[in-house]
Amino acid sequence: MIVTKQKSFQDIMEALKNKTNIFIIGCGECATTCKTGGEDEVKLLCAELSKNNKNITGFVIPKAPCVVSQTKRDLSKFRAELERSDCILVMACGLGVQAVIQSKRFNSKVVSGCDTLFAGSMTSLGEFFEFCSSCGECLLNITGGLCPVTRCPKSLLNGPCGGAKDGKCEVDRTKDCVWILIYERLKELGELDNIKSIVKAKNHRKNLRPGVRSLKKEN
Amino acid sequence: MSKLEAAFKNNKFAITSEIGPPKGVSFEQILKENISLRERVDAINVTDLQSSVMRLGSLAFSKILLDNGIEPVFQLTCRDRNRLALQSDLLSAAVLGIENVLLLTGDHPVLGDHPEAKPVYDLDSVQLLDCAKGLINGVDLCGNKLTGSPKLFLGAVVNPGVETIDLELLKMEKKVKAGAQFFQTQAVYDLSSFERFMKKAITFGVPIMAGIVLLKSANMARYLNDNVAGINVPDGLIKRMQDSKDKVKTSIGIASSLIKELKGNCQGVHIMPIGWDKHVVAVLDQAGL
Ligand code: SF4
Ligand code: SF4
Repeated sequence: MIVTKQKSFQDIMEALKNKTNIFIIGCGECATTCKTGGEDEVKLLCAELSKNNKNITGFVIPKAPCVVSQTKRDLSKFRAELERSDCILVMACGLGVQAVIQSKRFNSKVVSGCDTLFAGSMTSLGEFFEFCSSCGECLLNITGGLCPVTRCPKSLLNGPCGGAKDGKCEVDRTKDCVWILIYERLKELGELDNIKSIVKAKNHRKNLRPGVRSLKKEN
Repeated sequence: MSKLEAAFKNNKFAITSEIGPPKGVSFEQILKENISLRERVDAINVTDLQSSVMRLGSLAFSKILLDNGIEPVFQLTCRDRNRLALQSDLLSAAVLGIENVLLLTGDHPVLGDHPEAKPVYDLDSVQLLDCAKGLINGVDLCGNKLTGSPKLFLGAVVNPGVETIDLELLKMEKKVKAGAQFFQTQAVYDLSSFERFMKKAITFGVPIMAGIVLLKSANMARYLNDNVAGINVPDGLIKRMQDSKDKVKTSIGIASSLIKELKGNCQGVHIMPIGWDKHVVAVLDQAGL
């Protein structure tokens, strides 16, 4: 899931400067889970903005605003409201914001109400953790299913930096050193040989930006 | 062949010290404090933006040392340069006459004075060693031929006191495979754990220089124990620093007796004075080196 954080109300107000009629688009998927753009948060924001002299023309929570076809369909039900709006505020990740723009259902300015942090998984405690950074060449099969590219702040591929203390990373003592976890896991699996040979430098062409991929048959 | 490499070759106990370039361009004071080491050490390491603090570069200061008759060990980290810059800096070092290089991962920028900087880490220390070995053999990381290959003596670091020593040794062995020709260690205070480390490390067949950090105070010792992985200053030494009326004298005493005890168990010492450069001579005197 894409993990987001709401911008401060002050920053949102600043982004909406000189705009009065605001339509809000939330997200039924990740931003709902992150409590940044679900129905509760959007309603709360509507109330706050109204108190600050903004006129809320309406809101919608598409299932996943990043899927352009869905967004197009959902927004088509709000033609009149969108026409009356001079600004669209999107409470979703950067993908959601740009998909809304791509939907071409209106001409007004689109404003982002969130900061997008990372692609993360959620623990049962409601904490999000970045486990993969889409490097384009997955190493999990040799590292016991633990990602050194993302979970080691230095993305080391050949073992730890030697700075871990009590199993915690030297860069942030609240986090585990993933290399110690990898070592323990591989020992359990009897696969320590995986990390005994030198892992070559990463091929960064595999994640050259922007990434594009098509579902149409490649020929 | 560099003096350092020759020392190992001749089974002479090797000695290096270390300087941190200044934050600015006034280097004369640091140079002056190190000139007296010229005849006493085989080489002096020049740190590469140590602790991720922006300062004068290690390549430039290595050249200053060379011009003043002191052999440098040019430290190069993966923190700030991608593979193009790393290889290019190794070639630059070679044309300036710098042979000894110490290749490290490097501290993370968030720990330094520019915590908002983008960390690079395009290569890790093992890959950098491997790549440097390639340069020595006349090819770059992509297999392209060089016109003239550099003469380099490749060093690496190891932390003998870490909790996960088997993992550290595994990485050390990879560094040897990748091309490391000598090692300098993190500060050693705990002789018995160092001895255990050496039992295995010596089998890799590469000379190892034990790290000696000059203690400046009891508080510094406690700080090292609490914050730096693999350092364990025994209570006895902390107490000696605590009770000492003359911290410099006590510190020199501790460092020199550590060296005497370590001497039979490693191929050299690497002294990290951390600003107390002018006391290194006294340490060597007392250690009988
Ligand atoms: S190695 Fe890590 S960053 Fe790369 S694809 Fe696998 S999990 Fe993602
Ligand atoms: S302590 Fe572990 S996770 Fe942290 S930077 Fe070093 S190797 Fe990576």
